[in-house]
Amino acid sequence: MRLDFLRSERLPNIWCPGCGNGIVLRALLEAISQLQLDPDKVVLVSGIGCSSRAPAYTAFDNVHTLHGRAIPTATGIKLANPDLSVIVLTGDGDCSAIGGNHLIHAARRDVDITVVVFNNYNYGMTGGQASPLTPAASITTTTPSGNMDRPFDLVNLATGAGATYVARSGIYFTKHLVDHLRKAISHRGFSLVDAVAQCPTYYGRFNRKGSAGQMITSQKDWMVLKNVADKKNPEELAGKVVIGEFVNIIGARQADIDAAKEQS
Amino acid sequence: MPERKSYKITHYRKWCKNCGICVAVCPKKVYEIDRNDRHAIVHPQDCIGCQMCVDHCPDFALTVEEVKDE
Ligand SMILES: Cc1ncc(C[n+]2csc(CCOP(=O)(O)OP(=O)(O)O)c2C)c(N)n1
Ligand code: SF4
Ligand code: SF4
Ligand code: SF4
Repeated sequence: MRLDFLRSERLPNIWCPGCGNGIVLRALLEAISQLQLDPDKVVLVSGIGCSSRAPAYTAFDNVHTLHGRAIPTATGIKLANPDLSVIVLTGDGDCSAIGGNHLIHAARRDVDITVVVFNNYNYGMTGGQASPLTPAASITTTTPSGNMDRPFDLVNLATGAGATYVARSGIYFTKHLVDHLRKAISHRGFSLVDAVAQCPTYYGRFNRKGSAGQMITSQKDWMVLKNVADKKNPEELAGKVVIGEFVNIIGARQADIDAAKEQS
Repeated sequence: MPERKSYKITHYRKWCKNCGICVAVCPKKVYEIDRNDRHAIVHPQDCIGCQMCVDHCPDFALTVEEVKDE
């Protein structure tokens, strides 16, 4: 990782001890280092939430927008200057609740941006409320006797909406996470990485997930690599979260764009 | 027999929050959270340079470099 990508005068970061956000941020900086992108051509855009503070710790130009509104802001930046690599850093609440509509339509329109979801299964910043990605039966501030709702599967949501690159990874699997972030950033079209992180302060404590160290190493037990999962039946995968690349379509929109040009 | 490589661990105390993630991910038990709930390097000589602690520290508080003596 290029240390000069970090705005070290702003450290220590404000996140709680053991928060997963720093691990996702580090993986992102590593991916950008490996891609050898010109730092002047990278823009990070975030909404509101603990995770949305991540861009401020980097040396890249960045915009901290309103809650849920990172994706439309990023779309505008990309349209104004297509040479930029525009990367949205967002929380599970920020992108799938208040910003859910922007997410599905950016995917549908195949806007050439990358969305990195710091998915900690709850609203960390406001005290651990349930988000649309909170697993069923989980305890949160707003579901004190267990979440009665089903969560979205973010990978399926993005895929159904038309995203042309979709992957999921976890903060224990840092090399896997870096690899998929790199592929997402270099993808032409809408890309999303569901980066499963952790909020030891709320989600972890409410659901008795143990220490920050236990939370992170437990990902080995409840996450399964996609190529392994593909050989298993649904019963064997109950309670597991599958990580890997789910969608990677190159040149998906070219036929549509050509047809539109023909019309005009 | 090839000589065993040695590594230099640098810990930025100012940035560390004593979360214990490095303790949990290190395969060689190099670190401990001590009696005062503080991060401590207890077996630096056992380090194999795998970078697990560096990659998983949420606070950018660790670096591990190979020591090249010449
Ligand atoms: C319009 C608006 N509504 C509500 C809020 C309050 N609010 C701040 S952060 C947040 C949720 C953050 O959750 P998430 O996106 O999952 O990020 P995390 O803090 O977990 O990283 C909410 C509801 C707000 N800031 N603005
Ligand atoms: S509240 Fe949760 S998400 Fe926010 S900084 Fe603390 S651990 Fe991280
Ligand atoms: S993982 Fe980092 S912040 Fe946590 S105890 Fe180790 S050095 Fe400190
Ligand atoms: S580099 Fe590997 S062996 Fe060395 S201290 Fe870090 S985790 Fe332990």
